[in-house]
Amino acid sequence: MSAPAIPAARYPSGQAAASEQATAHGGPAARRIVVGYGFWLFILSDIVMFSVFFATYVVLLVGTANGPTPAALFDLRNTALETALLLLSSFCCGLASMAVERRNQLWTQITLAVTGLLGMGFILLEAREFAHMAAEGATPQRSAFLSAFFTLVGCHGLHVSLGLVWLATTMAQFLAKGFRQSMRNRFYCFSLFWHALDIIWIGIFTIVYLGGTMA
Amino acid sequence: MSDRDDIVPPGDTAPGDTGPEHPSFVEDLQTYSIGLLLAGGLTALSFWAATSHYIYLPAIPVALAALAIAQMGVHLVFFLHLTSAPDNTNNALALAFGLLIVSLIFFGSLWIMWHLNYNMHMHM
Repeated sequence: MSAPAIPAARYPSGQAAASEQATAHGGPAARRIVVGYGFWLFILSDIVMFSVFFATYVVLLVGTANGPTPAALFDLRNTALETALLLLSSFCCGLASMAVERRNQLWTQITLAVTGLLGMGFILLEAREFAHMAAEGATPQRSAFLSAFFTLVGCHGLHVSLGLVWLATTMAQFLAKGFRQSMRNRFYCFSLFWHALDIIWIGIFTIVYLGGTMA
Repeated sequence: MSDRDDIVPPGDTAPGDTGPEHPSFVEDLQTYSIGLLLAGGLTALSFWAATSHYIYLPAIPVALAALAIAQMGVHLVFFLHLTSAPDNTNNALALAFGLLIVSLIFFGSLWIMWHLNYNMHMHM
């Protein structure tokens, strides 16, 4: 697959070229679609991995071993704030893909920076929560419930942290390399990743925090 | 053979893309904003349902599950632009397979562990 010599309107290559090729010749899909679809499959397998941690958490929720209970540990105001930050970050990432599709460097950098700052705020709140819990003796080795909690929520936090590194790399590469097709493909994969992390967080605040404090 | 010319094979749309009809700036912004409002509203409802005392207690887990699944749907439709159109068939089918595996793992584990506890008389 190759980008057409003359850019068609705002969307020089990618899907516009792909649908033309599909109509005219059939043949293999455009790289943009192959890359995106492959990354979609990776994200789905990542969600399958998270489902194991979710199942473990629900099974071990009662295994507090006379240690701190979920209702005593969780601060739902903090969870609500984390949820708001991550949702706004996901929204901002959507705005960033609008800017990337329109090849606007300034707005791409601004929206990606806000996406990153909101994500960083989320990670800081989570780190503060973990530190509070550790100070109260609620560490992973205290009970089966806490092991499951730190595995699930910590794994999500690790994903977000790695996503922030990826985000910074993407911003720098857009500046250095411009909006070439390979760069946009990388960004679209990042955007899938970031939205997927927010979808997993819906499961976490519902099952871990809201479900945990009710149990 | 002339009728075959009418059948244009649809190109695939990459996951997360807006599809063959490129939306305008305003349409794009509208989609994301509606998604943000719906997701924010559903989140607020979830926290309200779990902390207020207006809902019949045993019904709260079901309400929370429904709200969470609805919000995941909102994210898929408004943020990831997933549709039921032919250009999204591959993406939707991959998602459906993922959901099948997730449900087998999640509900299967809970089902097995519940029976295990029940038969071992380990009522914790």
